[in-house]
Amino acid sequence: MQRILPQPTPETKHYWEGCKAGELRLQRCTACAHVYFPPRPFCPRCACREVSVEVASGEATLYSYVINHRPRPDMGTAPYAIAVVTLKEGPRMMTNIVDCPQTPEALQLDMPLRVVFEPQTDEITLPVFAPRGAGA
Amino acid sequence: MKPKSIAVVGAAETTRMGLVPELSNLGLNLDAALNAMADAGLKPSDIDGVATAGEHPWTVAASLGINPTWVDGTNVGGCSYMLHVRHAAAAIAAGYCTTALITHGESGRSQVAPARYASNPASPFGQFEMPYGVGAPVTQVTMPALRYMKETGTTEEDLARMAVIQREWAAMNPRAFARDPITIDDVLSSTMIAYPFRKLLCCLVTDGGGALILTSANRGKDFPTKPVYIMGTGEATAHPMVSMMEDYSTSRAFRTSGAAAFGSAGITPADVDHLMLYDPFAHVPFLALEDLGFCKKGEAKHFYRERRVAPGGALPVNTSGGGLSYQHSGMYGMFALQESVRQMRGVAAAQIEGAKISVAHGIGSMFSAAGTIVFTNEA
Repeated sequence: MQRILPQPTPETKHYWEGCKAGELRLQRCTACAHVYFPPRPFCPRCACREVSVEVASGEATLYSYVINHRPRPDMGTAPYAIAVVTLKEGPRMMTNIVDCPQTPEALQLDMPLRVVFEPQTDEITLPVFAPRGAGA
Repeated sequence: MKPKSIAVVGAAETTRMGLVPELSNLGLNLDAALNAMADAGLKPSDIDGVATAGEHPWTVAASLGINPTWVDGTNVGGCSYMLHVRHAAAAIAAGYCTTALITHGESGRSQVAPARYASNPASPFGQFEMPYGVGAPVTQVTMPALRYMKETGTTEEDLARMAVIQREWAAMNPRAFARDPITIDDVLSSTMIAYPFRKLLCCLVTDGGGALILTSANRGKDFPTKPVYIMGTGEATAHPMVSMMEDYSTSRAFRTSGAAAFGSAGITPADVDHLMLYDPFAHVPFLALEDLGFCKKGEAKHFYRERRVAPGGALPVNTSGGGLSYQHSGMYGMFALQESVRQMRGVAAAQIEGAKISVAHGIGSMFSAAGTIVFTNEA
């Protein structure tokens, strides 16, 4: 079963195109330099409409998570972690943690992570995170 | 609104609660409304203000034969009814209506004609949270817990102790859905739902509702029950989804709403005799105790370890049994308000003798909103 996927809007199209190209794209305000997420065409700190898109380092740390023991039907049958990570650039985002047992022992808060891109369809690629040092 | 210038003069819950398959979502709202009007000795033609969440205000008003001059359909999750109390008090003070009815009803367990909340895959939530497997609130409201626990030294056993204490309160309440005593071991061995949350750390899912009627305090003596005065109020909103909450160890919405409520009432936490803290999941009252100023960050666990919030303790919290053991239809805020009113009237199942000030504090959605009401029974 295909998992539930996002539907990009004009305001978020650059972000999802970035994921497809293997880039995690954030936005930066040209007036106050604030880096933010989720995407929107103005700065949420100072309301300036002049913002630029930049590629994030892909480095993050694990901020918090739960392990869902009642999987949503499109997510398979095994318990899985739903996580919130803090990007090196500051913003936080929800994600999944891959290449890692979905257990409290393996999932330690503040552990270093790096972004991995998982293609879902021709249109949508989801950014997920793996322990830094795992795999590559 | 001047403190104590507006009073609750009608308050009631649905005739039956828990498992009520004979009533729809709307029907539960109306049953609660009829009971509150009977409690106040009022007819529909006496009501000129209506507030509700889930159902539309026009549906509730028209079904009851009310022609309102003021309505409020604010829906910010389970604390919506705290905001309705605040808005109704302001509306009465402004002259927009004289007598406001606030209703809640939810067929949470039986799901008879429930209010539908479809998620939109193009919304921020649909784009940035749904793809990662979130579902029921137990996968979202719970997200801050592990971070809060790490930063404050709060343990799974502390959360379990909270559930045990609330069950002690529920055991004193014939209307509570879950009354059998439980131990910390029972909680920590119950089914895992979304780590670290086990079944007994999660709220019930029941059917039920409640309604309140507010009017000017100078009419307070015209009604059969003891008037309960609105002393202070607060409300706030924050992020639309839990991944955007700025700090998982403290809720800005709680702090803002609490400060407004205590400030407008002219009281401090030390003045509070009775406290209701909306508990959809066990960690939420811990943040509330700290964010409302009852203690410093990380100290809430001691309220449970030292049983200060338990029967016989100095600060009775969630005396009905709360969302974990009393009732939880979905948007529980109304049930916290009802217990505060019962305590101020002196008619609660686990009545706190001599209580003069009660606070009901609610969470909305994923720490996305908060509402806080300070009640008193002293004019």
